[in-house]
Amino acid sequence: MMKRKVVKALLQLKQIYKVFNEGTPDEKIALDHINLVLESGDFVTVIGSNGAGKSTLMNMISGKLIPDLGVVKIDGYDVTTEKEHRRSRLIGRVFQDPMAGTAPSMTIEENLALAYARTRSRRLKIGVSKKKREFFKEKLEILHLGLENRLEAKVGLLSGGERQALSLLMATFTEPKILLLDEHTAALDPSRAELITRLTKEIVHEFKLTTLMVTHNMEQALELGNKLIMMDKGQIIFQADEKQKQQLTVEKLLEEFQRIRGEKMSNDRAVLI
Amino acid sequence: MFTAIFGSVEAGAMYALMALGVYLSFRILDFPDLTVDGSFVTGAAVAAVFIMGGMNPLLATLLAMVAGFLAGCVTGLLHTKGKINPLLSGILMMIALYSINLRIMGKSNISLLNQETLLTQFTDFWKSLKIDDAIQSLFHTLGLSSFIPKTWGILVIMLILAFIVKVLIDLFLKTDIGLAIRATGDNETMIRSFSANTDHLKVLGLGISNALVALSGALIGQYSGFSDVGMGIGMIVIGLASVIIGEAVFGAKTIVRATLAVIGGAILYRVIVSLALRVEFLETGDMKLITAFIVVSALVIPKMIEWQRDKQKKKKRLLAPKEKMNDEEKSGESLAAIKTDL
Repeated sequence: MMKRKVVKALLQLKQIYKVFNEGTPDEKIALDHINLVLESGDFVTVIGSNGAGKSTLMNMISGKLIPDLGVVKIDGYDVTTEKEHRRSRLIGRVFQDPMAGTAPSMTIEENLALAYARTRSRRLKIGVSKKKREFFKEKLEILHLGLENRLEAKVGLLSGGERQALSLLMATFTEPKILLLDEHTAALDPSRAELITRLTKEIVHEFKLTTLMVTHNMEQALELGNKLIMMDKGQIIFQADEKQKQQLTVEKLLEEFQRIRGEKMSNDRAVLI
Repeated sequence: MFTAIFGSVEAGAMYALMALGVYLSFRILDFPDLTVDGSFVTGAAVAAVFIMGGMNPLLATLLAMVAGFLAGCVTGLLHTKGKINPLLSGILMMIALYSINLRIMGKSNISLLNQETLLTQFTDFWKSLKIDDAIQSLFHTLGLSSFIPKTWGILVIMLILAFIVKVLIDLFLKTDIGLAIRATGDNETMIRSFSANTDHLKVLGLGISNALVALSGALIGQYSGFSDVGMGIGMIVIGLASVIIGEAVFGAKTIVRATLAVIGGAILYRVIVSLALRVEFLETGDMKLITAFIVVSALVIPKMIEWQRDKQKKKKRLLAPKEKMNDEEKSGESLAAIKTDL
């Protein structure tokens, strides 16, 4: 028997098709037969203008939306019709809104306990045990924000940047199969966004996470990750593998878009920044 | 006067269990659950029917809790699986329970007088401890013999029971399941992304909430000696009043504090009502009006106080720069210090 060396496909999207408001004048094809494969350890950044289908793509993977056609596989399992909460055992997510990823009226340690239980079944055991508290402290130190000394502070009292950093940690420290980042720096001021970008880089590297990141910011898309895809009107119009991505610049990306679509990429806030 | 207040504290301790249930649904799950008006009576009815049938009162009371739990679960299922708006699911369950309660009792009113109930058992147990005699002699020596209530037993035991339930709720809300229930009320999107089935958690939370309400109903029924199909009307408002008064007076910074505040609020509410009813031109029929007034005050007054405080703070802030002008140099130095810190 020969042992084949296979690079494991952790996330597979096959022919994903989704249409909104079908049969009405507002009908819109959000995803038009998308194919995408993320191999173990990949960090793919997704760019595209507003309404290109980036968020819909994320929602297909997380299970918030079910595709009309096509198959979603995570780590070899077909999860196409699996409910959101069941799938999230395999997926870590950080949302655009810094308020969305944490429970504001609960303490930092309680939030971490909620995240800790992601891969386990919840029982009638005390959520924040002594042992877990030590573990949480250790993990919070990764952020260098001093949150490890504020375990019993309510998360609602933290700043937007701190909350997003905590969300990032909560989504990652249980080492999900797939990490989904949905424009998670877009709602932050530039210095905070920079901090979160840096933390993202460090954490993804440390936990060796397979990541899909949507962003509006081309520079960020080029700075982070080993692969890049560009979406427009529900289709993937451009893909760059590791080698190609290293040589990309913002100008080249814009040129590429113009060449493929024969039109200028809308020069709005969404694209450049 | 003393007797009236004493009675209201006694009843307040029993209503506190209902208020804790309302706290769970309203505050923890953020689900305005109107099932309470029905499930309160369900508790009283189930306990009354089984006690009349000769069952052990403790067992009958536990069965009342089970009935309340199931009623809450149905409301939860209407909302989560039927996708019905929370308020409407509660109202639907409330009117459905009205008929169900009539069916359970077979008539609109069951008298429990001269029956052995949990409350008479408590009183007998208390008498065997002979504590009342000691208290009575104490009151006699103080020259207050006219104020002596018949027994302290119900008050003490009910307060202990309310406290035990409070501690159990506190502990439950610290478990993994409890934390997930709290997160469901706080940020549903988030807890779903951490693999929690929010539908199940809501059903469970509403079940527990209504089990407590039914327990309260069962106790009140046995306390007042009857179960009546109309005894639950307006119960949700009383529950809310207790929660809001408690939070306003005792604070709600942590869960442990908030649950204690709810018990305090329930007792305080009873005391306020009994005092209000002693005002001459108010009649028993004005009760609901008084309740509404109390809730409105508890909602509005804290806000007015806060508004006042903010106004004063603003004044201070506006006046502050003038004082600083005097030592401009100093402020310049501190500014430089801040800059270097940065």
